[in-house]
Amino acid sequence: MTGTGEVLLRVVGLTKAYPGVVANSDVSFAVAPGEVHALLGENGAGKSTLVKMIYGLVKPDGGTMTLRGAAYAPSKPGVARQQGVAMVFQHFSLFEALNVAENVALGMQNPPGMRTLASRIRQVSQDYGLPLDPDRLVGDLSAGERQRVEIIRCLLQDPKLLIMDEPTSVLTPQEVDILFQTLRQLSAEGTAILYISHKLEEIRALCDAATILRRGKVVATCTPREKSARDLAEMMVGETLTPPARSAKAKGAVALEVSGLSVPSPNPFGTSLKNIGFSVQKGEILGIAGVAGNGQDELLLALSGEVRTARDRIRINGAGCGDAGPNERRRAGLVAAPEERLGHAAAPDMSLTENALLSGAVRKGLVSRGFIDWAATRDFAGQIVEGFDVRTPGIWVAARALSGGNLQKFVVGRELSQAPTVVVVNQPTWGVDASAAAAIRQALIDRAAEGAAVVVISQDLDELLEITDRFAALNGGRLTEPRPTQGLTVDEIGLMMGGAHGMEVAHHVHP
Amino acid sequence: MFILEKRPTPSRFWMAATPVLAVILTMIAGGLMFAILGKDPFEAIRTIFWDPLFDPQFASYSRPQLLVKAGPLILIAIGLSLGFRAGIWNIGAEGQYIMGAIFGAAAGLAFYPSENRLIFPLMVAAGAFGGWVWAMIPAILRTRFRTNEILVSLLLVYVAQSLLASMALGALRSPEGGGFPGSRNLSQWATSANPELIGGTGMHWGVVAAFIAVIASYILLQRHILGFQIRLAGEAPRAARFAGVNPNRLVVLCMGISGALAGLAGLFEVTGPAGQISIDFNSGYGFTAIIVAFLGRLNPIGILLAGLLMALTYIGGELAQFMLGLPSAAIQAFQGMLLFFLLAVDMLGNYRIRLGFGRAA
Repeated sequence: MTGTGEVLLRVVGLTKAYPGVVANSDVSFAVAPGEVHALLGENGAGKSTLVKMIYGLVKPDGGTMTLRGAAYAPSKPGVARQQGVAMVFQHFSLFEALNVAENVALGMQNPPGMRTLASRIRQVSQDYGLPLDPDRLVGDLSAGERQRVEIIRCLLQDPKLLIMDEPTSVLTPQEVDILFQTLRQLSAEGTAILYISHKLEEIRALCDAATILRRGKVVATCTPREKSARDLAEMMVGETLTPPARSAKAKGAVALEVSGLSVPSPNPFGTSLKNIGFSVQKGEILGIAGVAGNGQDELLLALSGEVRTARDRIRINGAGCGDAGPNERRRAGLVAAPEERLGHAAAPDMSLTENALLSGAVRKGLVSRGFIDWAATRDFAGQIVEGFDVRTPGIWVAARALSGGNLQKFVVGRELSQAPTVVVVNQPTWGVDASAAAAIRQALIDRAAEGAAVVVISQDLDELLEITDRFAALNGGRLTEPRPTQGLTVDEIGLMMGGAHGMEVAHHVHP
Repeated sequence: MFILEKRPTPSRFWMAATPVLAVILTMIAGGLMFAILGKDPFEAIRTIFWDPLFDPQFASYSRPQLLVKAGPLILIAIGLSLGFRAGIWNIGAEGQYIMGAIFGAAAGLAFYPSENRLIFPLMVAAGAFGGWVWAMIPAILRTRFRTNEILVSLLLVYVAQSLLASMALGALRSPEGGGFPGSRNLSQWATSANPELIGGTGMHWGVVAAFIAVIASYILLQRHILGFQIRLAGEAPRAARFAGVNPNRLVVLCMGISGALAGLAGLFEVTGPAGQISIDFNSGYGFTAIIVAFLGRLNPIGILLAGLLMALTYIGGELAQFMLGLPSAAIQAFQGMLLFFLLAVDMLGNYRIRLGFGRAA
């Protein structure tokens, strides 16, 4: 597909600076028709800014683009779409209360009548092995199905270049297979795909070429099939990576015990928890996998105490505390780090000092007789920043000013610095660069080695396989029986996660 | 072309500077308006902002009025600001203010003409209680039945106004008033009077209470965990729940504090400057305090200054009507401009303005 000299999109010297950061500096690369081209880089490497410029969402400060030989400078996404460039975002822009066809129509320039549109959606979904019923409410769809709505919305515009921003972060391994078959089919038909990811195995399996970005600059281009995942990672990070070190050790008494936990979701489109049971011993890490929206948020809320239940459903060190609130559970030794950093784990407009107080007040004794000890709070915030290598100009900085990875290090660091006996984290390394992710994983392992019981809820299977002792999956609000992580195969894990969510029929060529 | 750019961290300098900038812009725009009306803009601005305080002829009357008018505004706005910071919208301070006056006056009049010195403290407590009770209605309806506290508290203002009229005409009407509506004069009955404490300053117990409220609220917000929880609940409700804040408890607390302070303001007004319960006792302090709260950026010190500034524009505005023949609508427009400019330059705290030039596509 490559090497014919024909070029669909050429980017030359693209540059974009924001105050304080250069997001892209002199970036050049070319994509041939039908080529699957990977943009690889850590978080903050400038991948998103780059594709936003190609999609007309951000105006470059310098550089040029050509599309099919003609100058290309989209002033807005509508112009980009007209010229055959489509994009599937990492975060879906769908209305849950509308059905599939209505959502598709909202994203189109000149939508046809609903009936025509519905039949076209059926047609396209059949052609590309992406089964989707146009009449279903988006709120009832799984994350994988929602992504299909976005993809089909793009395909209806008959794109020449399809940009996909981290498309597999919400999919099970089986769903990833189906998506890849669709993408290969598109590529065979001549549609070029610009594929953003930091998942190396995926890129090796799917992409024809890769452009690797680091701190806004192109540091390498390669054919990913010819490189090992480790090579790619080191090109991406620019340093040698060491996998987290674990030492085998004896487990202690059960620190966290959950039994028969059923909780209705606080959100209308959320997933209720159904009869969840597990226990975690001191010194042990339990991994809970699952595709987004299968009850992870609800499980975290139920464990952190933000949602309460019957006393005996949750026991910390043997004492029932299902009816206790977050601060009582902190007193009992449980700390939690929610997935959503801004707005849930941290208050965006408050300083790091104030955010340190947010969940650290109880265990660090930062409040006496109702009055806040700001000096001690500042010390605590300083400890977190230092201990977890949070890159910030100071602790007075608002949480929203930190990059995602740095804020995540702060949030996880804040919880782990409280000498907890039970740690619950949801998506500890989501959107965090490779070296920060490694540091966070190492910190979780260290805390377990010190005798804490750790529960890691994550959608990153590699992460769970790397650090957990036992493994379970959430699927539709139910938890599978935890199994020892050692010896699990990817297929077994996929089945625990619910297989392909009824998508098995998608491609008729299944072996 | 102007481009707005979000600041990574809110600018402390601009947070403090925007109210000053708003006042300056108001003076410029207001001056233009006065000029169009055919008045000397400099004289008009001077009459509004300078004469009430420093003109030898008017200052002796106007200067005490400043604290008399600012006191209740500040006291009420401080209470409201706590709720507003937590995202709890008590719009009905006017009603709570009336109820405080009715409860307090009734508690005192029940002992008329006793001269027991405990009566005034009792009236103060009853006034705070009256405002608190009136605020508890929307608070409990919200926490129990998830009604909207904005609507309920606002509508209760009209209920309170009707109660006020009925009290002035019925239960609390002065037996010696010759059938005219209105209670006995509380400011002329030594037991219940809330006199000027220092002659010529306008300082009465309500102003003292307002200053105490400013200081207490400053300490609460800066040093106390409750103040932190209030700010957290307003800025990031989910983070507040994560931090263990009980949202219902906060609603009851913030509504209660704002109601009690509004009730106190009503009590101090009815025993002092107003003197008696009458049909037209309330004068909109409860609503104006909402503007004062925002003008002061929901910050205690800011509210103190905003209350004084607001009082000044009222007094100066009256003076300008009287001296220069400016229509009262022009004064109201001038006050409106102040609020408009304040909200307009508000974004400078979070955004910076850049001069950008459209790039050729």
